Amino acid sequence: MASGILVFSEHDGGKIKKTAFELIAKAVSLNMGPVSAVVVGAADTSALGSYGATTVYTVSGDAFSSYTTGTYTKALAAVIAKADPAVVLGAASNLGKDLFPRLGARLGAGVITEATELSNDGGLVAHRPVYAGKALVTAKPSGLALVTVRPNSFGAPTAGSGSAEVVAVDAGVSAADAKVNVLESKKSDASVADLTEADKIVSAGRSIKTAEQYDSIIRPLAASIGATPGASRAAVDAGYAPHSHQVGQTGKVVNPNLYVALGISGAIQHLAGMRTSKVIVAVNKDPDAPIFAHATYGLVDDLFDVAPLLQKEFEAL
Amino acid sequence: MKIGVLLKQVPASDSRIKINGDQTGIVTDDIKWEINPYDEFALEAGIQLVEGKIASSLVLISLGGKDAEARIKDGIARGVKAKPEAIRLDDAAFAGSDPLGEARIIAAAIQKAGIDLLLTGKQAIDDDNAQVPAMVAELLDRPQVTFVEQLEVAGDSLTAHRVMGGGQVDVVMSPVQAVVTCDKGLNSPRFASLPGIMKAKRAKIAVWGAADLGLDAGTVGAGAAVVSEGAYRLPADRPSGKIIEGADAAAKVKELVRLLRDEAKVL
Ligand SMILES: Cc1cc2nc3c(=O)[nH]c(=O)nc-3n(C[C@H](O)[C@H](O)[C@H](O)COP(=O)(O)OP(=O)(O)OC[C@H]3O[C@@H](n4cnc5c(N)ncnc54)[C@H](O)[C@@H]3O)c2cc1C
Ligand SMILES: Nc1ncnc2c1ncn2[C@@H]1O[C@H](COP(=O)(O)O)[C@@H](O)[C@H]1O
Repeated sequence: MASGILVFSEHDGGKIKKTAFELIAKAVSLNMGPVSAVVVGAADTSALGSYGATTVYTVSGDAFSSYTTGTYTKALAAVIAKADPAVVLGAASNLGKDLFPRLGARLGAGVITEATELSNDGGLVAHRPVYAGKALVTAKPSGLALVTVRPNSFGAPTAGSGSAEVVAVDAGVSAADAKVNVLESKKSDASVADLTEADKIVSAGRSIKTAEQYDSIIRPLAASIGATPGASRAAVDAGYAPHSHQVGQTGKVVNPNLYVALGISGAIQHLAGMRTSKVIVAVNKDPDAPIFAHATYGLVDDLFDVAPLLQKEFEAL
Repeated sequence: MKIGVLLKQVPASDSRIKINGDQTGIVTDDIKWEINPYDEFALEAGIQLVEGKIASSLVLISLGGKDAEARIKDGIARGVKAKPEAIRLDDAAFAGSDPLGEARIIAAAIQKAGIDLLLTGKQAIDDDNAQVPAMVAELLDRPQVTFVEQLEVAGDSLTAHRVMGGGQVDVVMSPVQAVVTCDKGLNSPRFASLPGIMKAKRAKIAVWGAADLGLDAGTVGAGAAVVSEGAYRLPADRPSGKIIEGADAAAKVKELVRLLRDEAKVL
């Protein structure tokens, strides 16, 4: 009988991502049986046990030097066959969203994307935003469920003293399973957290006016509190910020603790991408800007006056 | 080489969403429908490949009811020079399909239409699932390259820039018989031209059902679903915030930082 929860634990060059710990702690609290973790590729797995995983399945080998759908799907299918969980959780990262549906189709399992809350009602119930967060729906799987979860949904857990048994699984994966060739991995901004995983975000809109001002005002302001820079679509379309920085319905849906919006009007498509932020700060010259209706703290002022002052205050913290 | 493009009909991105009485979905009365914005990138890429003579033909496919026809016509109108064929997948047996069921239907259509490269959006902005394309790829045993922001097709292979997150972009080479999901940045989708719209009005759209696709109706539709949806609801309103007053910008900023640190405790 399938039971328990298996957490697909992503890592970044061998360092387990904090979303994995968040998911393990949540899995434990759901009380659905044993919690295990799976790590594909070489990584330091020592901390996983301290958040409550009792078993860590590792699949390693040369085939996993870069991510491919083919190799990871085969690896996870093998671990699922061995661990026989009722639920598999993973982060709703691009990697998770690439992998889980493929795996679902292979195993005939139900896939639930980007859940923001999970509960145990005699079986897993996932709550997820749809229409870019303008509505919520519950989803219930029958049989094995593969669920990706939006990072930061449950908050950072505290480590305990547990340790996990490490079980190496030979999934028989070779480079040929990749089916594609990863020619190159380009990494920019390596020090800055991905928008979808960021704890703090500082975004600017069309009113930043030039790419130079985005770079000289917004990026340093963000850096002063370890935030990831973001932008509205208007700022992206005007070329002030790269499209990977766009927050909103057709950009990134973000879930930080702090979202600072500078000179952003608060169009419905932008709000859709950031409305679940825990604290929203809006800075806008126009007291009637729609963003103020959604902001925790509003500041009616010119962003070009506010930004340098704010950076100074942040740096003094 | 034959290119397939998936077009899903979704509510326009600026739609206000209301929940229907029995909480099974949204109120559609005032909704303006559009092509899923990410599918527009796929469509543009497909049109360019045919116009650039890298591909020989273009097939537009939508799974949806009669009203989805308008979206297919919008697609035909934009790509009129590429003379796309169009197929709508519709059958009573398809109702209530979950993403895996939808993928079974679409995969069967891809096979029947003889499509080499399938271009899709990275995600539909209604269900926000990002599931169907990868499932189609698995069912067809083809490689997938998702979240693509740059694409080149040459001979029997393609090279794609795939956004991995965390500032990482992978350059991936794949056989051309693949599924590619398209992200913002890939191109700038064109609008429909007036002659395009006129031509699209007269265009024929094939309708394929379960029997045409050789699908066992038991593998699709509500009965085959492995995920079921419960009640729809609106998110809780945010508590109304406060506007920070102060003599000047410096005073307001000081007060803001104090509140962020002591009241909201996010610093
Ligand atoms: C299909 C579709 C998808 C979309 N997806 C997205 C999306 O994902 N994300 C997104 O953001 N948008 C999206 N949009 C666009 C959206 O509708 C808005 O056009 C966009 O969000 C506006 O960006 P903005 O707030 O920067 O610009 P504007 O709406 O022009 O607002 C600028 C604001 O800056 C203020 N301002 C000006 N100067 C200053 C100053 N010196 N100091 C302080 N404040 C100042 C103004 O008062 C105004 O409120 C989408 C639109 C469509 C049609
Ligand atoms: N009913 C449908 N008709 C046509 N294409 C679809 C349909 N459902 C999903 N797709 C395609 O799959 C992509 C991802 O959709 P989803 O998995 O629903 O988020 C969309 O951008 C479309 O390209």
